Amino acid sequence: MNGITRTEAEDLLFEEADLLDRWQLEQWLALYTDDAAYLVPSTDLPTGADPAKALFYIADDHTRLHERVVRLQKKSAHSEWPRSRTRHLVSNVRVGASVGDETPVSAAFVTFRTKNGVTDTYMGRLLYRLKRVDGRLRIREKRCELDLDGLRPHGRVSILL
Amino acid sequence: MNSPTAVIRPPRQEMVRADAGRGIFQVSRRAFVDAGVMEREYDAIFERCWLYLGHESELPRPGDFVTRTVARRNILFTRDAKGALHALFNTCPHRGATVCREDKGNAKVFQCFYHGWVFGCDGKLKGQPGEESYTEGHKQSGVGNLTPVPRFASHAGFCFICFDADAVPLTEYLAGAKEILELIAAHSESGMTIVEGAQQYAIRANWKLLAENSVDGYHALTTHASYLDYLKNMAGGLVPIPLSGRSFDLGNGHAVLEYKAPWGRPIAQWVPMFGEQGKHEMDAIYARLAARLGDDKARRIASHNRNMIVFPNLVINDIMAITIRTFYPVAPGQMMVNGWALAPREESDWARKYRLFNFLEFLGPGGFATPDDVEALESCQQGFANAGGAAWSDISKGMGKPEPAYDDELQMRLFWTRWNELVNGGGQ
Repeated sequence: MNGITRTEAEDLLFEEADLLDRWQLEQWLALYTDDAAYLVPSTDLPTGADPAKALFYIADDHTRLHERVVRLQKKSAHSEWPRSRTRHLVSNVRVGASVGDETPVSAAFVTFRTKNGVTDTYMGRLLYRLKRVDGRLRIREKRCELDLDGLRPHGRVSILL
Repeated sequence: MNSPTAVIRPPRQEMVRADAGRGIFQVSRRAFVDAGVMEREYDAIFERCWLYLGHESELPRPGDFVTRTVARRNILFTRDAKGALHALFNTCPHRGATVCREDKGNAKVFQCFYHGWVFGCDGKLKGQPGEESYTEGHKQSGVGNLTPVPRFASHAGFCFICFDADAVPLTEYLAGAKEILELIAAHSESGMTIVEGAQQYAIRANWKLLAENSVDGYHALTTHASYLDYLKNMAGGLVPIPLSGRSFDLGNGHAVLEYKAPWGRPIAQWVPMFGEQGKHEMDAIYARLAARLGDDKARRIASHNRNMIVFPNLVINDIMAITIRTFYPVAPGQMMVNGWALAPREESDWARKYRLFNFLEFLGPGGFATPDDVEALESCQQGFANAGGAAWSDISKGMGKPEPAYDDELQMRLFWTRWNELVNGGGQ
């Protein structure tokens, strides 16, 4: 497993960003392992906080992440219907030392969301744990640590970051 | 009449109109869009009513502090060396700088960075550079201390402040809400605690829309259709308990809905999704509740949800988890929201994990429900652009019923009636 190159990691992260911006959510979810987690901690928590002990904005296991994707494709997910337009920018990608079958990757991100004449900006740090499954690089965990004092003025994180 | 000293006031426009005979209750949409109304709200409501500051568990040790904005004021909330709690205006009595510029922490003293004045956790001045230049009279007068908020009091662990020195005592103000706060505190035998991590967000809508929405049992099936779909998709997410219950007038504009619901409660309504370990946990929690409080009260805690609003802007929803929420207007169409999770201190790691899992499923700006509430509120605010033409909102559901149901709108009529008394002198 060891020896993920930065190019390999970037290819995965850029593909992920592109799928999200095109609302190809089923394909996006297929980039994740079956035991994946997707986490957005509250902005006042220290880095590395545990969602079993602290209040996050989002702490999805794979089952709930799947349900999130199902929900986001419904007209009754009112916050995202009509759909917002987004642009996910990923930069400053760094590959860390592998631990067992996982490799940590960090990146900086800026995501813009436009709906109803308003554009909101989400920015911060992405912490990934990547794992090779059947020869393909996939995401075991994605943690989005926002560089914000709070979700202000956004009011929600109804898109996938 | 035309004496030279007469003050001519423009007539206040009708804001709330209630016609019990025809069963019509309406609110003027100007109340949501008018900047003058918001300033009247600050004068007549936020400067006069008791407001939620925080929970005592946020400051467990001497020297602990948090800073918080309450109704546009910067408050420093501390526990002093002797264990007493203080609510202080976070501004230097010398020349005004913000004294504590951290969100939370533990401190022996606070030093203003501008000229170096030092204060104890009780707000008393402890030292100042160039002290010899001040007279004895100045030192002894107390003008060098941090100014305490005029009123501070707590009930069942919930801490409140009031900027009006002449306000009625907190317990009188809370009226029937007192008992609900006690009931929520009784979930725990060792004390309730705020879980680390605050959900801080904003909504581009008038603050009163969230007051309405927080105790709105009517919107669940439509606004939250996709959340209910999700629960149905999750194997064992629900038990066959239909939504049913009613709303209660708690006095002074406060109200609560109490109802049964099909979702799991970590204290202690088991659903199959909690699994076998969860069943043991729930049974054990229930047995301890019943032993401590008796069967009736234990059942009320375990199987009843409650959404409460304490006028004007404290919401405590004891549903699939407990959230505490406050919100303030910064403009007629913009509010700041703070949300916290409250939990029994002694609950197991397993129960805490499920509580937080439950919380995030529904609640908060990343949940499966709250974002759609945000969308609904912002959509209302956009609709109010038509306030000059479509001028009234309708809040009539359940009028005339002896026992309004949980999905009627009694609780909102109580809120608006109190609001109208304070802001508009009750005028119709």
